[in-house]
Amino acid sequence: MNFLQTLIKGEQALFKPDSLTPMQKLTLRFVVIGLVYYAFAVIEGMLMRIYEIQPIPAISTNQFFAIMTAHPLVGIFGSTYSIVFGAFLFLVPFLMKKPLWSIKLANWNFWLVTIGTFTFWFSGFLTHYAPLYTLYWPLPVDFSQFSVIGGIFFILGIALVMLGTVFFVINVFATITYTPEGWEKQPCGALIGSALGISGIRNLFSRNKKEHLVSLPVAAIARGTVDVALNSGIIIFTGILILVYMVFALFGVSLKDTAIDALLYKNWFWWGLDLVADGLVLIFVAGTWYLLATLITGKKLFMENIARAALFVELVVSWTVWSHHLLSDQAQPGFLKVLSGEMVTAFELITQGLAFFITLATLWSARPLKMTNPLKFLLGGLLGFALAVPAGIMQADIGLNRILHNTQWVIGPHVHVAVLVGLAMTLYAAIYILFPILTNGAQLYSQKLANFHFWGQLIGGVGMGAFMGMAGLHGMLRRSLYVNGEFNTYMILAALCGALLLLAFLAFFFNIVMSVGINGVIGIFMPSKLKTKELVPSQV
Amino acid sequence: MVDSTVVLNGQTLAYTCYCLAILLVMGWFGYKITRPGKNNKIANTLFYSFTGMLVVLGVSLHIVTFNTIPWAPMDLNRAEIKADKVFNITIEKHKFTLPEQTLNISCNEKVLFSVLSHDLTYGFGLFRPDNSMVFQMQVVPGHPNDILWQFEKPGTYTIRSTEYSGPTGWNIILKDAVIVTCNPTANN
Repeated sequence: MNFLQTLIKGEQALFKPDSLTPMQKLTLRFVVIGLVYYAFAVIEGMLMRIYEIQPIPAISTNQFFAIMTAHPLVGIFGSTYSIVFGAFLFLVPFLMKKPLWSIKLANWNFWLVTIGTFTFWFSGFLTHYAPLYTLYWPLPVDFSQFSVIGGIFFILGIALVMLGTVFFVINVFATITYTPEGWEKQPCGALIGSALGISGIRNLFSRNKKEHLVSLPVAAIARGTVDVALNSGIIIFTGILILVYMVFALFGVSLKDTAIDALLYKNWFWWGLDLVADGLVLIFVAGTWYLLATLITGKKLFMENIARAALFVELVVSWTVWSHHLLSDQAQPGFLKVLSGEMVTAFELITQGLAFFITLATLWSARPLKMTNPLKFLLGGLLGFALAVPAGIMQADIGLNRILHNTQWVIGPHVHVAVLVGLAMTLYAAIYILFPILTNGAQLYSQKLANFHFWGQLIGGVGMGAFMGMAGLHGMLRRSLYVNGEFNTYMILAALCGALLLLAFLAFFFNIVMSVGINGVIGIFMPSKLKTKELVPSQV
Repeated sequence: MVDSTVVLNGQTLAYTCYCLAILLVMGWFGYKITRPGKNNKIANTLFYSFTGMLVVLGVSLHIVTFNTIPWAPMDLNRAEIKADKVFNITIEKHKFTLPEQTLNISCNEKVLFSVLSHDLTYGFGLFRPDNSMVFQMQVVPGHPNDILWQFEKPGTYTIRSTEYSGPTGWNIILKDAVIVTCNPTANN
């Protein structure tokens, strides 16, 4: 096949979208949209990188901060949530060997996240609504700086994403517990107990040890989903609060913003927001590592019971660590800073460290292994968190936070290395391993492009984080602008690494498009011709 | 009091060494798992030793910093420490208002910077002429925001808001607003 034929029909015309089940199509749609929004986030990131070197005349300062507001939200909700929701809505029933509870609800989930993300992104793009994701009170309702209409549409967009997220939560827990047609009645309570770790705790204190009813990856998904639910609850409540102020402002009534205590609000909002960064991301990632390690090796997980317990500890820890974001807030009580901000946060080093060790030990037990794409990206993901978690533990220290808070250190070696190397490479490993299952055996177009994707993502991600970190250690703030070239050496080097990340993503995207063909990409979005609840076609 | 530059240099050194070590370990691991090996079993003692090491590292970091970074205990106990000088600063509509045009401080004086916001959440940070940070804190409206600091070296510092307060407030900067002078005879 020549280049043009491959571009249209895919590698060796192996991908047949008509052979896909509704569930396969839905999962692939989630992944495609997730990758499109990843492209949005990378381009926005590059614009900001360039702006930090030399302000771009076509972009006003207001637009720059609107980009800064949209960038993490598009990255997390539009991209990561889409890919994770798609993968887990497929994996939970796949691992439990039963159909998804409701594909209709999953379709709603898909459209709400897709449309919601576009709504808040477009609103920020047009109206420059820019309170950042932190929404520190009363900035979101400061209408001397922001448009009320822009704010309303922005919040509505977030609300749509959160509604889609609630549908995901319902579908995950319903799938774990429901009884499919023709099946023997499933023990709903016992299944939920196993998924959340309650039966595991009972086992610790009982002589009658009971077997776990759900597999470890499903338990990880369930526990991470608890944090997804709590987080969406907090964001929905906060959104309604902000919306009330906006609607009153629309009718010319200015509500007193001092009615809300800024510090209490900050605690409340960070408690919920931190359930993403220090909760569901870490739990989902650990669960994905375990799944990948067992799929790659075909062996049982090393220290499986401890891995289960660590996931439970991580869930509880994620509810109690928010105060590390308030170590520089002088009115925050000292005991919360020490207990929640420092001590409990240090547990994340332990739980994530255990997940790291258990995954490596499982891989080690099966050597020699072939260095496949899933394996190399899994190792990249492990390295990303091995670099980013200790960086986070260092800044979650009362002494060090005094000189690190809000600097590029926080957003570089900690956040961007965690997201672009740790999280993204773990997700890529999952995509590479699920690709043949979801496409009924389609082949990757080019291994060379996959190799470039790996090295570009790894070097670009670690390099960008490192140069941002160096700038931070020299005092560069993260939510500010430096127009006199104060940190240009670091920013130019970070931008070069950012460009490498962009190239790596383009290589990956091109590779996937060439693998399934343009007809294949269009076919993914066409309704499935198979009327089945099965996850994969029975003849495959 | 130890200067923040010393602490940052120490942190840079420690974290760089760690990064190089973990990169080497992962590179070695990636190579070794593609090769056949004699003993593929990981001993449980290695696992428990690793767990113990994580616990020790997690806890000892805070104990070490609390005992070596002087502003950490001073910050937690600042309500009991009497300041030699207090500067009451306000911020409103993206503008700092200082009690004097320049805040003059003598070396080794314990100085309390008390900052009050009348509208939004801001930050309050002190920066050296090379833009490196001396310290910062958040300034939350409706709450007292104070930081106690002791300067050992003479210098001129710029005040800058370290928190985003909307696009209007990205450059809330008071250049050379703090001057620290040392009187050699007084220090002796």
